[in-house]
Amino acid sequence: MAINIAHSLEFERPLLQLEKKIDELKSLSSSGAVDMTAEIGRLEKKARKLQVEIFNDLTRWQVVQLSRHNARPYFTDYVSNVFTDYCELAGDRLYGEDPSIIGGFARLDGQPVLVMGHQKGRSTKENMRRNFGMPRPEGYRKARRLMELAARFNRPIFTFVDTPGAYPGIGAEERGQAEAIASNLEVMASLNVPVISTVIGEGGSGGALAIGVGNRVLMLQYSIYSVISPEGCASILFRDASRADKAAEALKLTAPDLLKLEIVDEIIEEPHGGAHRDPVATAKSLGAALRKHLHELQKLTPRQLVADRYAKFRAMGAFHGK
Amino acid sequence: MSGQAWFQKKPKISTPDPKDAHGPSSSRMEGIWEKCTECGDIMLREELEKALNVCPSCGHHMALHARARIAALCDADSFEEFDADLESVDPLGFSDSKKYKDRIKSTMKLLGEKDAFIGGVGTIEDRRVSLGCFNFEYMGGSMGSVVGEKVTRVFERAIELKCPAIVFSASGGARMQEGIFSLMQMAKTCAAINAFREIRQPYISVLLHPTTGGVAASFSWLGDVILAEPRALIGFAGPRVIEQTIRQKLPEGFQRSEFLLDHGMIDAIVARKDLRARIVQTLGLLAS
Repeated sequence: MAINIAHSLEFERPLLQLEKKIDELKSLSSSGAVDMTAEIGRLEKKARKLQVEIFNDLTRWQVVQLSRHNARPYFTDYVSNVFTDYCELAGDRLYGEDPSIIGGFARLDGQPVLVMGHQKGRSTKENMRRNFGMPRPEGYRKARRLMELAARFNRPIFTFVDTPGAYPGIGAEERGQAEAIASNLEVMASLNVPVISTVIGEGGSGGALAIGVGNRVLMLQYSIYSVISPEGCASILFRDASRADKAAEALKLTAPDLLKLEIVDEIIEEPHGGAHRDPVATAKSLGAALRKHLHELQKLTPRQLVADRYAKFRAMGAFHGK
Repeated sequence: MSGQAWFQKKPKISTPDPKDAHGPSSSRMEGIWEKCTECGDIMLREELEKALNVCPSCGHHMALHARARIAALCDADSFEEFDADLESVDPLGFSDSKKYKDRIKSTMKLLGEKDAFIGGVGTIEDRRVSLGCFNFEYMGGSMGSVVGEKVTRVFERAIELKCPAIVFSASGGARMQEGIFSLMQMAKTCAAINAFREIRQPYISVLLHPTTGGVAASFSWLGDVILAEPRALIGFAGPRVIEQTIRQKLPEGFQRSEFLLDHGMIDAIVARKDLRARIVQTLGLLAS
């Protein structure tokens, strides 16, 4: 996928510039003017080496930036590449419709399932509409409504997490943001169908967890999951938001960190250079992981599914004493 | 000597029954006068304690230590603390201006409490309840693994004893120093409440000043009945975060108990002096 260099991350840029040069040489070469095969080969080798160099040694802060990449695939990109027959359902039936969390029924290999996720926008206009993927209480209440619907019709649930966090605004507080999140956490614990949650980008705190209480919790390789944004953490604990890089290191918010801490069950590898370099390949890996976990969970009875989820989250925590 | 030395700047309140107080050291008990943090009136410490730290002049509800609160709620000598040995660890190797490990150590030493929550079983008018209370002065009542575990056990114990549950919340939210573990306590406690619902006993949640963040957005807001003390700051996002996001000043009284009552988010505002009676009444009407 061609990435707009203007929208790229600083550490990606040398690679993208090299790739641009290769493309130029290729088009020059194909026009028949000059034979550049050898030079192209040399540069391609150099590009591969550069990619390995950059991506083998990413700092946690660089992973944060990748998780927020402007070109990163969003929920709807995965829906269209993994599922079929998607049929979006709107509204919380209480107050409004929140486009920052969307979902509906769809099919996975023909089987009806519920898919739901945070949705960011790529353009400014779309981001305004999606509120940058930050739901208000209506979004969480719609999510709850859809999950209860899925449970009633015995449909497995796939949730996809990608939010900076629940929206902190006056209206959101007036309409009970905290209650909406709390209520989802309890409802998700009670669902008698398989629930598989995947962090595909940003897993921002309670606003992420509110659709993240799954029997399985998966993470894309360059996604993050954290109790607070690195910027928020830096401004509170280091009294300096510009030290987000330091906070990102301290928070241990990458997929490998969370696998090690036994918070997530599996990391889904992304293509070289990140999901945005090849969304279709990413969706393919994601789809394979989702099928595998669904297959395992479908061996459990409804009661076992609830017990399995309880045991999973019950075990989370680290302390001394009995 | 300035007059200030006669008073403590912040009320440090002992429990009514000193033998239950493993906590505040004797040096913190000094000063026989207290000053209301709201109206500035000066009163005898003893008088203030008798009023459960509510200013006799203006009615302002000042912080009340968790042990004092539990002692005031439960029948005399009926409260038995559980899980008192649970201690925070440092799962991430976290360090800000201070190592988290050292922060735990120094806070435990300063306060004589192991973490920000006290849980156990007691009786209220001879009715057994599983209850717990936040200790806000311990790192802002933040919820890490220990707090999450203790809250979870309040509900698990209630299930075991088939009795009502009561939780008093006062917390800034998740404990950032425990990273993702603190976030997951939200899911853990709410899952425990979901299991608790099956025994059909009431869960009374009492929201104190302040209750925000991950504590507000989990078990605190799941009470069958939700009560709040007057003027308590309660909400999801802290006022400063909201102001920074929307770039405007927040209206007077925003996120206070009265605001929440107006918006249908809590059942009632109950003054501290009436809280016990209200809890007794609620238990009588709902508990089996």
